[in-house]
Amino acid sequence: MSNPPDTEELLDITVHVNGVPRTAATPARRLLSDFLRHDLDLTGTHVGCEHGVCGACTVLLDGEPVRSCLLFAVSAQGHEVTTVEGIGNDPAALSPVQQAFLECHGLQCGFCTPGFVTTITAYLEDHPDPTPEEARDAVSGNLCRCTGYQNIVRSVLRAAEIRRDRGGQR
Amino acid sequence: MSTRHVGEPVQRREDPRLLTGNGRYVDDIGHGALEAAFVRSPHAHARVTDIDASGAVDVDGVVAIYTWEDLDGRVGEPLPVLIPHPSMTHPRTGYCLAKDEVKHVGEAVVMVVARDRYVAEDACSRIRVSYETKPVVVGVDQSRSGGHRVHEDVPDNVSAHLVQEAGDVDAAMAGAPNTLTLELEIDRSASMPMEGKGVYARWDRDEGSLRIYSSTQTSTGVRAAVASKLGMPMAKVECVAPDIGGGFGVKIVHPWPEEVLVPWAARRLGHDVKWTEDRREHFVSSSHERGQLQEVTVGFDDDGRILALDVRFWHDNGAYTPYGIIVPIITSTQLLGPYKPGAYRVEFWSLYTNTVHVTPYRGAGRPQGCFAMERTMDAIAAHLGVDRAEVRSRNFILPEEMPYDQGLMFQDGRPLKYDSGDYPASLAKLKALVGWDDFAQYREQAEREGRKVGLGIACYVEGTGVGPYEGGHVQVESSGRVNVATGLTTQGQSHQTILAQIVADELGVPLDSVHVTTGDTRRMAYAVGTFASRGAVMSGSAVALAARVVRAKALRIAADALEVSPDDLEIEDGVISVKGAPGTSIELKTVAVLSNPLRYAFDAETQAATQFTGTFDPDKPPVAEDDEPGLEGQDFYSPTRSTFANGMHAAVVETDPVTAEVRILRYCVVHDCGTLVNPMVVEGQVHGGVAQGVGGALYERLVYDESGQLLNASFMDFLMPYATEVPEIETDHLETPSPLNPLGIKGAGEAGTIPATAVIASAIEDAEGFPVRSMPISPYELWELRRAHSTTTTAAQEDSR
Amino acid sequence: MKPGPFVHHAPRTVEEAVALLGEHGHDGKVLAGGQSLIPVLNMRLANPGHLVDVNRVEGLDAVEVTGETVRVGALVRHAGLERHDAAFDALPLLRQALRNVAHPAIRNRGTTVGSIAHADPAGEMPAVAVLTGAVVEAAGPRGRREIDAADFFLGPLETTLEPDELVVAVRFGRLPPGTRTGFLEAARRHGDYALAGVAVAVRTEGEEVAEARAGFVSVTPVPSVLDLSPALSGRRTDDLPLDDVADLVLGHVDPESDIHASAEYRAMLAAELTRRALASVARAPADAATEGAA
Repeated sequence: MSNPPDTEELLDITVHVNGVPRTAATPARRLLSDFLRHDLDLTGTHVGCEHGVCGACTVLLDGEPVRSCLLFAVSAQGHEVTTVEGIGNDPAALSPVQQAFLECHGLQCGFCTPGFVTTITAYLEDHPDPTPEEARDAVSGNLCRCTGYQNIVRSVLRAAEIRRDRGGQR
Repeated sequence: MSTRHVGEPVQRREDPRLLTGNGRYVDDIGHGALEAAFVRSPHAHARVTDIDASGAVDVDGVVAIYTWEDLDGRVGEPLPVLIPHPSMTHPRTGYCLAKDEVKHVGEAVVMVVARDRYVAEDACSRIRVSYETKPVVVGVDQSRSGGHRVHEDVPDNVSAHLVQEAGDVDAAMAGAPNTLTLELEIDRSASMPMEGKGVYARWDRDEGSLRIYSSTQTSTGVRAAVASKLGMPMAKVECVAPDIGGGFGVKIVHPWPEEVLVPWAARRLGHDVKWTEDRREHFVSSSHERGQLQEVTVGFDDDGRILALDVRFWHDNGAYTPYGIIVPIITSTQLLGPYKPGAYRVEFWSLYTNTVHVTPYRGAGRPQGCFAMERTMDAIAAHLGVDRAEVRSRNFILPEEMPYDQGLMFQDGRPLKYDSGDYPASLAKLKALVGWDDFAQYREQAEREGRKVGLGIACYVEGTGVGPYEGGHVQVESSGRVNVATGLTTQGQSHQTILAQIVADELGVPLDSVHVTTGDTRRMAYAVGTFASRGAVMSGSAVALAARVVRAKALRIAADALEVSPDDLEIEDGVISVKGAPGTSIELKTVAVLSNPLRYAFDAETQAATQFTGTFDPDKPPVAEDDEPGLEGQDFYSPTRSTFANGMHAAVVETDPVTAEVRILRYCVVHDCGTLVNPMVVEGQVHGGVAQGVGGALYERLVYDESGQLLNASFMDFLMPYATEVPEIETDHLETPSPLNPLGIKGAGEAGTIPATAVIASAIEDAEGFPVRSMPISPYELWELRRAHSTTTTAAQEDSR
Repeated sequence: MKPGPFVHHAPRTVEEAVALLGEHGHDGKVLAGGQSLIPVLNMRLANPGHLVDVNRVEGLDAVEVTGETVRVGALVRHAGLERHDAAFDALPLLRQALRNVAHPAIRNRGTTVGSIAHADPAGEMPAVAVLTGAVVEAAGPRGRREIDAADFFLGPLETTLEPDELVVAVRFGRLPPGTRTGFLEAARRHGDYALAGVAVAVRTEGEEVAEARAGFVSVTPVPSVLDLSPALSGRRTDDLPLDDVADLVLGHVDPESDIHASAEYRAMLAAELTRRALASVARAPADAATEGAA
């Protein structure tokens, strides 16, 4: 194992998060998940495994879902990151996906939920009218231990309806 | 009539917050805390000979490094045995940091506290621990053969040996026209919540007090255990369970080493300390469950009625026994399911191995018991050529036989006495739901298409609502807000919603005015915890009783104010009015004001309670002798014994004729958990339970090699199902209310999981035509089983020529 | 599970990247998509002192279609290639295989070239590279060189690439006109590493097979091609001797056993998947793009 530097170098990075440029000095090895949660105090994104399998940490990078545990914060420099707070941070004003989850009982403990919300929000942008099979497929890269997925699949379909009712807005 | 909330699929109060990134899980709080990481043993069994931390001391940002030598007072003593039992003759628990020996890979040896987790892990990687390895014991077979010992002073690796019996099994077996023996196996799995464990401790130097936030299923348990370990008075220790990302049993064990060490370090360093378990740590240091070898001998008549049931099983309890022998006791007793087997004897050995310790995981021994019983039922049916549902129904306890005493002691130390249930009705619903009688036709059609399909069935009974008690505290503020507190915790069971539903109905107030707090020792100090599907039964009953206390007091005060009898009053939407004369009324919030005689009005509303306002009897004190100020009440629900829910599952599977991949085509659940407070919540619990059950039947198995290394300590290789691996679940239900608690609730938390392994084994067996006795089963293992059976068939055919 | 410390370099040109690899390659790793590397770093299974982050290097993110090849730059994400319509028209096998790589969130960041350089025997794209006679373009302090895919893979996670070399692109070979392709894999769960997988390419002349080849996933230590032409050429597409093919596959593959499946089971699976892939490809109309199903 190599000798690490005595004091870790801090890199100045600016990441656009939820529409706001955020600047911080951070070590290169700082994972984006930790940067969001602890440097920017956006604790909505959760960490379940740190090896890319569970999907709880999923955020949108330039609108596309990525695992924030498999990205360094420095790699997000100059990119647009959207977290669950960016999709909707106000409990009184839920986005279509969030509203659908509420109506369909798509969450129980809520820990995996932000990863589903970001994933499904991006999915419906590209596929606004999924079949039940497609909806199940769309969420099959995220683990949930509580719900058994059935209500999450229903939430995808309901979110598609709500989006249509709201005129296709996110 | 007012709106009834109990029984309605009310949307959850907790969701808007959780959906918008406003959850508060333990790693979300504690900014500015120091963070801990651990050096954990890479060996399954070894003596620790040296710890050299010199390479870590100078890492920038490291604050402290601790080994067992640093642990003072009781912190250096072994962790408690939570549930002792007379037949657990050799209980053993570990230390917070390994003292001389490590007994499983993952055991904590050194604790590092640093500026952040990255630095703490850097320091850990520079700490050199020297070990002298010892022989390793892995698996039930190796353990029971007794060649090597996990604990030097525990002969044969047996922590406990227990026999329970009802009736004379030997005589009944001897007299039985038919007997069968089955050897069965279930492999190890784990709860694996999406959030691991976590502890955040705040030490208040000025007050000399400690507040612990822990991702736990029992904040009262953690509080008491940590206060004891740290030699602190309870009055100076509080424990709060914040939002918790799943538990499923693994978080009921307490205190984890970290739950002691993090507060201990915080006090010692005079600084907040936090520890967030990562996934790898969770795999190698958080409890596992399920592993058992079983041997069932059954004697039955020509109609398939069981006359004698003789069960022996060997339970792998891992390296330590912090939770006693609850899991195998549950297997022993819940094995009986909805049946009355004549004479019954069950004997188990709980065995040590050099693996992570075993404590409850959703089902907590019931899946193993159900597996044993249900495979036996299928074997009886096959032997006699009788329909499998028919054999089961011939053995059912009938509704008119309730309450039915099985003659054994249950996990709560009380008689195993079923209170209610209608098993024939459940079975009829299940058969209708899955189309039991039409399956033969479906199978023929499938065979014509070259497809292999099978139908399985499994039944269970679940004792829930285990005591000793839970409490509820209800308080109405002068604003009309109703605060409800109960001491057990929440990991997704929707307590904030269902308990609000109950109180809203009991008090007659709008649902939105009710606010529920769970798991905070500052708000309710007497509690047990969330496990054994008991939350709705115990806390539901407790808050209902507490609300009734408040309602009675409110009606009494209102009756005084309105000069009527309390019996003439009703409460609806927060307004108390005379039945049939709604104009004569008083708001509940005004009653709240009046309930607390004040010298000082603190706002306009409370002027009504001051001494020169209103009328009063000068010969009576402002607060009556048997009364207290305030519109609040507290009560506890403490059951004489558990209540018994039941359910039955049926599954249709298809197996690939070549690759042996298994697909679940249909999964049907009929369950009876008594009164449903919120049917949407119950159904969600069933779905989640089934998903874990399917995972446990087809995908999840923790694999140790012979040196005690966990080979699949990551989500890449420990296969929890995604949405594509879980079938659509069709549900139907009965409600036979429990006679044992005020609302008739029975509990549903584990309903989905308990029979899943059994039902899928049953379905695969039906598809393949040979017995399936070892679970979980992967396509590769099914393929091997097919080959083994075709060889046997070929050999048999050759023999008969 | 946090990575150990490293010095982060963010070169802007291939030359800069190569110079950095020349200096630090022995104690460094290239960071492109990171979807294979970062889990390893998080688990501290590797602790390189330097990371050469090539995500800002100019000119590496193009997909170029020519008459002969589909050239994929080092920074092309799996998802980008998967969506690329011209690439799909030129070589449908790319999309057929890519759909089986992990999950969409991983594909949005992971790179196809990266997965080839990573050389995981369970990787889909190394098998496609070998089957299509791809050429790996590498740049190093000693200049540029081109390596045939058939020579590139030495063993599990091992290639002929030197520590100071960077793969800048992979040129997948387009298949002759009249070739139909398919990709089939079997995994325990959706998106998991395959227990076994196969990519097939069948060229027909009229109703008869002219040539057929298969490349495998997870059942050989390095991706390799099995020439099925001896068994299949001249045979009608509705009358393929699939049992013979299965035997050939069984003779060709050399799988390992692990906790998920035995070597024997994987071999059986490879043979069965090849049968099914060929049957499906043979049935498809000649001009239609065959969607390989997992």
